[in-house]
Amino acid sequence: MTSYRTNRPSELLRVDGIEKTFIQGKARKTVLSGISFSLDRNDTAAIVGPSGCGKTTLLIMIAGLIPPDEGTVSLNGLPQRGPTRKIAYVPQHYGLFPWKTVRENMLLGARLQHIAITNERIRSLEKELGITGMDRLYPRQLSGGQRQRVALARALLLTPSLLLLDEPFAAIDALTRERLQYQLLAVQHHEGFSYIIVTHNIEEAVMLGRRILVMDGNGRGCAAEFKNAGAGTRGYRDSDVFIRQCTAVRHALENAQ
Amino acid sequence: MNRSAITIPVITVLIIALLWQLLSLYLDTIILPAPRAVFVRLLDEMSRESFWHHFIASSWRITAGMTLAFLLAVPLGLILGSSTRLDRLSAPLVYLGYPVPKIVFLPLILLIFGLGNLSKIVLIALIIFFQIFIPTRDAVRSIEPEVIYALQSLGGSRWDYYRHVVWPVALPGIFTALRIGTGTAVAVLFFVESISARHGIGFYLIDSWGRADYTAVFVGIIALAIMGIVLYECFDALEKRICRWKNV
Repeated sequence: MTSYRTNRPSELLRVDGIEKTFIQGKARKTVLSGISFSLDRNDTAAIVGPSGCGKTTLLIMIAGLIPPDEGTVSLNGLPQRGPTRKIAYVPQHYGLFPWKTVRENMLLGARLQHIAITNERIRSLEKELGITGMDRLYPRQLSGGQRQRVALARALLLTPSLLLLDEPFAAIDALTRERLQYQLLAVQHHEGFSYIIVTHNIEEAVMLGRRILVMDGNGRGCAAEFKNAGAGTRGYRDSDVFIRQCTAVRHALENAQ
Repeated sequence: MNRSAITIPVITVLIIALLWQLLSLYLDTIILPAPRAVFVRLLDEMSRESFWHHFIASSWRITAGMTLAFLLAVPLGLILGSSTRLDRLSAPLVYLGYPVPKIVFLPLILLIFGLGNLSKIVLIALIIFFQIFIPTRDAVRSIEPEVIYALQSLGGSRWDYYRHVVWPVALPGIFTALRIGTGTAVAVLFFVESISARHGIGFYLIDSWGRADYTAVFVGIIALAIMGIVLYECFDALEKRICRWKNV
């Protein structure tokens, strides 16, 4: 993968040559090696790759939750050295706290960071994501799709510049998944943040990522990268370009195993 | 409260009383007095100051013992459960200490802490300690890294981690341990009071037994059972109030 040395004014995120090795007892496993890419403001990217290729590790490192062994992650040209309000991370199983109500979950980040959030802002986000009237419920009282939307609302209340989504719609039925994808696109358009989504679903990657990164299954970094300008546009899912992109990503993924 | 929450325990008590009455009639011996005689004696004892003296002494010992165990076991369980290094360092002590029947330390505890309340409280605390400590530590150990990442990404500090994740995760396990520990604590209380006390329901029961006053023996048994049930129900009510998310 190319090393990115430029720092364009429109550039939001730069991941430069990051590597990560995990040590368990005497065994060492390099899950990521030499990953480099950048993402512009308002841009979107999807990451696909075989299981265990380090997609989640990559997101966690971008979020500043674990440090890379080598390389740097920069946001707005500044190297990241820990979690920041500008980057929101939504884990695979939503990361909601079962012992807190929907409202408490949504406001936790704001409370921890002493950020005042207006009721109008909360109501407008709830309305946009279709989760009104659930404030006093607990996560276990919600469906998978509703939990996902609450997790999304919690992240967006902090007005991040970059949203990291780890297989956000994996455990959701096909129709709800499609509806949530459109909701994500609408909110992204309205709020104007960038996002990186990790997914196993090729169609989802092509629908949601204006750039698609295919990761190598042997920890060798990025196996292929696709530009996908039509992502998120109306009618894209039914177009020939969409099908061709899906086929190209599928072939890249097969080669990356 | 729904109606079955009251009717089921009432029916259970009535069934036990009926079986007891039948067995008492069948055996026809002073060793097993009829429930009515025991109930009348219980009311009579309750009107005497000396009985309440015994009851309050026992209640204080069991409450203080369980509170001491809670105050020592919970913070230690929370800390060791969330620190792999400390947990590993303390593991040999836990593995050696847990299986040893702590009741065998009774002579030593009596020598060190004397024959007063303190020795009884210390023994109850020592025995209940592991029953609370192990589930607390294990509950914290089971926290998924994803939950920790979620909190960190929201800007949570180490203190926030204990407050918003570790404590609520451990709470249901702590309440379960306290409920289970209640039975053990009552048994230890009876044992220690029957050996080295001048007051307490354990003493009252053994003293009545020595005087062949079997009706009073049953009064003592009922008093200890009530003490255990009240504690159990208190922990249950507290859990329902504090861990609301579990019951939705």
